[in-house]
Amino acid sequence: MKKTLFKGTALPWLLLAPQLAVTCIFFLWPAGAAIWQSVLQEDPWGTRSEFVGLRNFAEVLVEPEWRGAALNTLVFSTSVAVLAMGSALFLAVQADKAIRGGNAYKTLLIWPYAVAPAVAAVLWLFLFHPSIGLIGQALNQAGIAWDYKLNGGQAMTLVIIAAAWKQVSYNFIFFLAGLQSIPKSVLEAAAIDGARPVRRFWTIIFPLLSPTSFFLLVVNLVYAFFDTFGVIHALTGGGPGKATETLIYKVYVEGVQNVNLGSSAAQSVILMVIVIALTAVQFRFIERKVHY
Amino acid sequence: MRRRILAAAGLVAAAMLALPPRPAAAQAPAATPVEIQFWHGLPQPLGGQLEQIVAGFNASQARYKVVPSFRGTYPETMVAAIAAFRANSAPHIVQMFEVGTGTMMSAGRAVKPLHELLAEAGVTIDFNDYLPAVRGYYQAADGRQMSMPFNSSTAVMFWNKDHFKRAGLDPAVAPKTWDEVAEAARKLKAAGIACPLTSSWPGWIQVEQVSALHNIPLATLGNGFDGLGATLQVNNPLLVRHMNNLIEWQKAGLFRYGGRDSTADALFPAGECSMALVSSGARSRITREARFEWGTAMLPYYRDVAGAPRNSIIGGASFWALNRGTQGARAVEEWKGVAEFYRYISQPEIDAKWHMETGYVPVRRASYEVARAAGFYDRNPGSDVPIEQLLRGGETTANTRGIRLGGYVEIRNIIQEEMEKAFQGQQNGKQAMDAIVQRGNAVLRNFERANRG
Repeated sequence: MKKTLFKGTALPWLLLAPQLAVTCIFFLWPAGAAIWQSVLQEDPWGTRSEFVGLRNFAEVLVEPEWRGAALNTLVFSTSVAVLAMGSALFLAVQADKAIRGGNAYKTLLIWPYAVAPAVAAVLWLFLFHPSIGLIGQALNQAGIAWDYKLNGGQAMTLVIIAAAWKQVSYNFIFFLAGLQSIPKSVLEAAAIDGARPVRRFWTIIFPLLSPTSFFLLVVNLVYAFFDTFGVIHALTGGGPGKATETLIYKVYVEGVQNVNLGSSAAQSVILMVIVIALTAVQFRFIERKVHY
Repeated sequence: MRRRILAAAGLVAAAMLALPPRPAAAQAPAATPVEIQFWHGLPQPLGGQLEQIVAGFNASQARYKVVPSFRGTYPETMVAAIAAFRANSAPHIVQMFEVGTGTMMSAGRAVKPLHELLAEAGVTIDFNDYLPAVRGYYQAADGRQMSMPFNSSTAVMFWNKDHFKRAGLDPAVAPKTWDEVAEAARKLKAAGIACPLTSSWPGWIQVEQVSALHNIPLATLGNGFDGLGATLQVNNPLLVRHMNNLIEWQKAGLFRYGGRDSTADALFPAGECSMALVSSGARSRITREARFEWGTAMLPYYRDVAGAPRNSIIGGASFWALNRGTQGARAVEEWKGVAEFYRYISQPEIDAKWHMETGYVPVRRASYEVARAAGFYDRNPGSDVPIEQLLRGGETTANTRGIRLGGYVEIRNIIQEEMEKAFQGQQNGKQAMDAIVQRGNAVLRNFERANRG
């Protein structure tokens, strides 16, 4: 491969400058501020500040509420990723077939992605609210005691469905593109050899989709970790009890509602470490098994 | 000639003495009034009604101009003010809900105490005329006023008279005690009503109000008025008994948990629930939406508790004067403007108008009289119930003047969470109350540590 070498360093730095500035201002600076805040103990107004070392971290890690939130996050993220990817893959495979009105069908499937998280949550609320929701009322009339405001399991199910629904469109586009890039000749050859559709899917389509799936797995986990705040906030507010409080929601509760800045900062630093580790693991170990 | 010059010089000197140097803004009051930034947390229509009062003040004089600005919900307003203070651009006045009072009391130099502000500005407001339950909530332990009481409410019970008729109960009489409430709820359920009883604000109404009504402490050190070292005491026999009752009634289908904060408000005007323990401020919504006969009653109590019932405690918000920031002081003229604004809103006519338009209680006895003289309570029977309930028993006691705990926003959420766990069947009343004490005390110790010295 031919490399272009710049003479001197001024031009390369100049070309890099916008990206570096963005990284510094929007990532490094806030991250640094969070780390600094996490070793301080302050009153809300910032009039008294004291260096406390790692005490905020130690306190967070022994808190049963934090562990509960970590467990919730695990359940929530895994479920959202599996549900959003599974249903998107199913829909993409169906849409990829030659069907009448395929384009309209594909366009409609992409719509939910344009819905803001809080709006999505309100839509689901109107469906599942025990007394005003369409499905909620129907469930109660059918004899199923549906009240996600009091039943933690139901609340978790609801936020998972709402969060996954929003991500299905995004996954759908990528899966569809992935499916369309699979050479038809390979599939035809398999068909001639007598492989039935299900077998063709698992032995040819699925492995060839693995780069897409891997990419989507990372994106979905990050989505479930960070972008689902609006859904949880509007639907359950982390309740009932703490049944739907994820780590990111807890950071908000601690920092914004309780104005407990040291603890909130320590939790966001922990979250940052978890996500860095998760991404590193994914790229290091899972990526090796992916066929490109 | 010389004498005239001397006299003229004397006049000039006198004029200069009479006009001490002032900030440029104040020299030409008519042209550039001193701006007072005022952040509030009242959504529409209440926010508009509040801004009308502000407009009234601005029109009443030309020296100061109060600039109101809506900053979201109460917690959002609180956080916005804190962030602005840290960035050295805090508003002059911030409306802070009563739960944040403990946090504000410990805010040190961020806050300009009301008594200091008024004394420096030479403004007097007769706080003795204020309802004890209102003024006491915003006083320091030594009785000095720390913030300006404004929109105050309390909790009451609304009952659906049509439901009562259907269940064969006397629609004109509301149950007074919890035993009567349970009895009525059983009859209502037997008559096929799905939700005999519900409650908004689980922490405020089912824990704080129950404690105040029965004159039992919620926390040590006079509910926190006497120091940051207070610990919660909600795992007392009365509250445990009450919580177990609620759990049992919920299982029996007599009580419905309607969610956190004010979400249960909707269940009453919709005609679902027969009895609703909600904020007295829900009145205007019920008037607007309810398509049935209803009444207003005081909160129920346990008859066998000696000394019960006392006054209920307030909810709502007060106005706090803030310094500009960690390094910023304010000009005398700005504080004066704040004081003058407070004097304006303390007038009984203004307060009574606010009370009659919004459903908040009047904060002064004089305003109560103004509203009565205007025939407001004859036209709106029951709207004096919250005021009478606040005034019940005369002066407040250490247990009924309010709550003064740091980090109380968080503690209220803890109360709601543990109650939700109890209603889910994960724990009984005793375990819920013990958990509130344990988790709440951790918050209190953390707050004490961050605010000592």
